[in-house]
Amino acid sequence: MLTKRVIPCMDVRDGKVVKNLRYFTALPDAGDPVTLARAYNEQGADELIYLDITASVEGRGLILELVSRTADEVFIPLTVAGGIRNVGDMQSVLHAGADKTGINTSAATNPGLITEGAERFGSQCIVVAIDAKREDGDWWVYTHGGRKPASRRAVEWAREAQERGAGELLVTSMDRDGTGEGYDLELLDRICATVSVPVIASGGAATPDHLADAVEQAGADAVLAASMFHYGHFTVGEAKRSMRERGVPVRL
Amino acid sequence: MTRQPLIAVVDYGAGNLHSVRRALEKAGASVLLTSEPADLDAADGLVLPGVGSASAAMERLNSRGFADALRDQVGRGKPLLGVCLGMQLFYGANEEGPTTGLGLLDGEVRRMRGDRKVPHMGWNSLDARGESPLLEGINEGSHAYFVHSYQVMPASPEEVRATCDYQGEVVAIVQKGSLVGTQFHPEKSGDVGLKMYENFVGMVRAW
Repeated sequence: MLTKRVIPCMDVRDGKVVKNLRYFTALPDAGDPVTLARAYNEQGADELIYLDITASVEGRGLILELVSRTADEVFIPLTVAGGIRNVGDMQSVLHAGADKTGINTSAATNPGLITEGAERFGSQCIVVAIDAKREDGDWWVYTHGGRKPASRRAVEWAREAQERGAGELLVTSMDRDGTGEGYDLELLDRICATVSVPVIASGGAATPDHLADAVEQAGADAVLAASMFHYGHFTVGEAKRSMRERGVPVRL
Repeated sequence: MTRQPLIAVVDYGAGNLHSVRRALEKAGASVLLTSEPADLDAADGLVLPGVGSASAAMERLNSRGFADALRDQVGRGKPLLGVCLGMQLFYGANEEGPTTGLGLLDGEVRRMRGDRKVPHMGWNSLDARGESPLLEGINEGSHAYFVHSYQVMPASPEEVRATCDYQGEVVAIVQKGSLVGTQFHPEKSGDVGLKMYENFVGMVRAW
């Protein structure tokens, strides 16, 4: 039976892990990414995501070196998102050892990139990340780390991203991200009901129950969490055992 | 053999070979990534990896002369591991394209249909069918990482060595003699996958 995936996400800046309490507001360093990746792998993480929030051009090389070091010792799927602007950037991270690339701003501003990437590397390599904010009774897409409105409705954008070749969608609720109140289940439910590609829930998880809720109530295929693992409130293994008790199929 | 077995990984531009190489190295092999069919002869074992589309892959394999070289090597009994798309290319008729694969095994490759999400993506549990050197030391029900939209339909059920359930049976491992294929990515399947690479290197050593 196909299990639901639990995916720790690490925000990486200049080759180091950072974690925010509020949306994209960086806090002090929390560790070496590879050490953390290894630990999460041992705890039973199903995949890993590096979100590169490095601003400088010089810092961009660091993520490639980091991806390569990670792929040298951790044999589970690795997604790299953040700062991927074109197929050349995709090629660089995939060549360095990543399995998937996540695109957000570049996809919303140039949707053709989804198709271009899918045709070149296969849909399974292209994760479209959607940052959504609830406004006026609907969810709207934001880009540039949540700073700019994209004037797109999130559910429609999800459908379009799939049609253009996305192999998976990473759906983040900006309203919930960093709050610990749980995922926006309504948003996830709407998107899961609309698309047929796998959906990763993101934004707001603080307990194993939140993870199980996203699967059971919204139909998510995978759940992303950062702080709850990062600060050691739960190990990935604890979260998965708790999900299994709720009846969610997980790999243990 | 006492020296490290040399395993050639066919590089036909199919993306990330980093993890395949590292997994084989961890399993005790020395690895040659090659885009030259002539290199296959000197290798003790071969790996045909694969992500991307079947038709693009076959175009490249045919134009670079790999298709004939692989048939020749397999004909001589040299161990070959096909991973994901690499395993699908073992078969002939392939709906993806459509195209025609290497025809090393009888059967066909079809788009995954039915009321289920495609791609089949994530960790699924393996149900062993009979014996396979690849599964030695691996517990029944172990999980492996799958990501694919097409599935193989082998003509000979006895070549199927493991399956998984994804709202219907999906072939996970095939084997005929020294030809083995996995629909999942062992290099992305944690310790279970690394053990399979060790088992494959063991097959190569025994050959």
